[in-house]
Amino acid sequence: MGRGLVALGLGAAAVAVMQASFNDYLLTLASIILINVMLTTSLSLTNGLTGLFSLGHPAFMTIGGYVAAILTYPARRKGFMMPELPEALAVQQWDLLPSLLVGGTAAALIAVLVGFPVLRLRGHYLAVATLGLIIIVKVLVNNMDGYTRGGLGLNGLPQLTNLWWVFGWTALSIIVCWRIKHSSLGRTMMALRENYMAAQCMGVSALGISLIAFVTGAFFAGVAGGLMAHLITVITPGTYSVVLAFNLVVMIVVGGNGSLTGAIVATVILSIASEALRPVEEALELYGLSQVILALCLILMLIYRPGGLFGSAEPALVRRWFTRRSP
Amino acid sequence: MLELVDLHVYRGATHVLRGISMTVDEGEVVALIGANGAGKTTTLQTVSGLLRPRTGEVTLRSQGRRIALAAQAPEAIVRLGVVHCPEGRQVFASLSVEENLMIGAYARRQRTGIAADLARVHDLFPILAERRAQRAGSLSGGEQMMLAVGRALMARPRLLLLDEPSLGLAPQMVETIFAVIRDLNRAGVTILLVEQNAAMALELAHRGYVLENGTIALSGPAEALLADEQVKHAYLGIAG
Amino acid sequence: MTQYYVQQLVNGLTLGSLYALVAIGFSMIYGIVRLINFAHGDIAMVGAFSTLGLVAVGAPWPVTILVVLAVGALAGVTIEAVAFRPMRNAPQVTGFIATLAVSVVIQNVGIMVFSGQPRNFLFPDVMRTRVPLGPATVSLTDLVIVGVTVVLMSLLVVIVHRTRLGMAMRATAENLQVARLMGIDINRTIMAAFGLGSALAAVAGLMWGGRFGQIDPLFGFVPGLKAFVASVIGGVGSIGGAVLGGYLLGMAEVLFVGLLPPEYAGYRDALVFTTLILILLVLPNGLLGRGVEDRA
Repeated sequence: MGRGLVALGLGAAAVAVMQASFNDYLLTLASIILINVMLTTSLSLTNGLTGLFSLGHPAFMTIGGYVAAILTYPARRKGFMMPELPEALAVQQWDLLPSLLVGGTAAALIAVLVGFPVLRLRGHYLAVATLGLIIIVKVLVNNMDGYTRGGLGLNGLPQLTNLWWVFGWTALSIIVCWRIKHSSLGRTMMALRENYMAAQCMGVSALGISLIAFVTGAFFAGVAGGLMAHLITVITPGTYSVVLAFNLVVMIVVGGNGSLTGAIVATVILSIASEALRPVEEALELYGLSQVILALCLILMLIYRPGGLFGSAEPALVRRWFTRRSP
Repeated sequence: MLELVDLHVYRGATHVLRGISMTVDEGEVVALIGANGAGKTTTLQTVSGLLRPRTGEVTLRSQGRRIALAAQAPEAIVRLGVVHCPEGRQVFASLSVEENLMIGAYARRQRTGIAADLARVHDLFPILAERRAQRAGSLSGGEQMMLAVGRALMARPRLLLLDEPSLGLAPQMVETIFAVIRDLNRAGVTILLVEQNAAMALELAHRGYVLENGTIALSGPAEALLADEQVKHAYLGIAG
Repeated sequence: MTQYYVQQLVNGLTLGSLYALVAIGFSMIYGIVRLINFAHGDIAMVGAFSTLGLVAVGAPWPVTILVVLAVGALAGVTIEAVAFRPMRNAPQVTGFIATLAVSVVIQNVGIMVFSGQPRNFLFPDVMRTRVPLGPATVSLTDLVIVGVTVVLMSLLVVIVHRTRLGMAMRATAENLQVARLMGIDINRTIMAAFGLGSALAAVAGLMWGGRFGQIDPLFGFVPGLKAFVASVIGGVGSIGGAVLGGYLLGMAEVLFVGLLPPEYAGYRDALVFTTLILILLVLPNGLLGRGVEDRA
């Protein structure tokens, strides 16, 4: 992992430079892009590697985000904002890291609960069930207003997230996904994607493997939800919606079927592009334009280059850099 | 009537047919025999348009015209009178017996004569008339085979591609089906017959081809193949 | 009290009719191409907005309904040609992504053209007339919705079971390869399934607008998903199952809201999708469906 450490060091140096030279807007933008990278790499475990099609990331982000937000919320304001919170929780005011971990774990637990019935079936059922999960979570958050303030959402969250936190978590999610992909577990996932029947016949537990991919992804999504909430200091039931799920899927498809490098590159490019299109939308007063462009690009991509930018493999340059031992 | 020239066909990445050439003349019964996986079904599916050859030609000679089949869609090929009766019967289980037969006539341009043909199929297989309103899925295996053949006949085939008509049937039913095939041929239908049951197929056929690993290993008049030591040993279950 | 129960029953039937109309399309399309068309719910939105346009130009209602049927069919056929046909041999997942993309396009073009603001959608005043039904009264709107649904379903049954096209559709749904060997042009059959299913969804959108009074460019998506749940309950791929599932889901929703204390009413959509997950757990083929496993 010598080369990996070098890459990590370079990344950290870049973050240090950005931290020193960027204004608030650019810092927030950089954080959001990195959070998106974390989301797509973790989602690519299911949607890229294993050939499942989950749209559940926003649901897990909402769960992780609200759990973390309730834990970090200033104790003196909790009684007013979350009147039904049990006494034991109401006096707590946690730091960011443990809150994120609990949020991620909560999301992962829900993923086990949903994944167990749904992952036994192939393909479209996971897509619809996870879309359903987004709606279920949204409805629950909306209605449990004693804990969540309902549709108003929780605002005034402490701004605990900074670029360093985001960088650390994103790096961790990339490392975990990279390690999984290049382990026997990852090869089994790809075998499931390529030939479900054959893989099952060879004694692969399709349900177990799919659950690992789905639950790992959900954990990181939960953490990302918490990071984002403490970056923009607000979370509402609709902050993480179906639209976000769609955008993540586009980034993965454009990047390539299971290529982490592809997912990262596509995420950075598409995040910047959609940010750049926003003033155009506002100037033309054509809200929705960027979504339409994104969706049309996706359809064209699916027709003319279904493998995405990088296909399933990591580009040779990247692969060689990380796999060859440093001298 | 049908001519295959140096045909190469892939299924996904697998190279199944590796340069097959064969002919079927008007009025003949030609048997195509070989082991499982030799490429018999692939050959039929290429002729009927379900598979596209990578290279090679499939030509139909009909009424003085030469038509390249490899460029046509399956539904167009049916209209040219080349009808494929698929392996394992594959009747439409949720449709009625009568609907299955009408589906057979789906591709016909003129609708006249359909009633007459239906009557002819009912004469050939009276059980199909009896069960006309029943769901095809409720028929026995043998009845389903009759339905599959009857369905193919409703398309008025001039060249009939039959894939394993004896598969999974009781011996008596096999006799019945083979008798029908012989009658059809006498009535002028050219037949390309794929069979595991090589002995029966060669007894019925005029000529035969032996397929091994996607190439033609042997060909000739049916009697010659029946007498061939190699064929006897490999396909007829007779110790050579 | 009788009035209350009759009204609940009618509410359930009305909602169930709308779900059933949309669910039928999901099932027809799934039955043939084994794909869920995520854009199917958005066809309902297209139908509702077309209605607004037609009413604005003063088209009489019978004409409006016919035009909306045609618009829906056209939209369905277009979606098939643009997003399904080029990907017919691609992996299933690719197809889902494509239809999701189409859904996003339709919704956002809707926002660009009509803005995201909800618009009032009014049936003529006469529809608010109360009609006596046994010991109670029901609104004409509800009667018309149930009536139109029954008529459209009967027409569909005739098409599917009494015409050559319907026979070809059933054969294609059962075995696409053999259907081709019989000379069935499956492109035309698939197009017909999209056209018919989408026409029904468009009319459902028209009636949805009239029943609930407001529409916006996103309104089709969630009811569309719920209609999909209905088709799963009935067994995806079975038209009868879609109808059954639609009415069961409509009734269940109304009962849920009607019987439980009001503070639980907001959980209605959570109930629907939890039902989906439970059904998939215990009864993955639905009530009337055949196997849902992938064909090897």
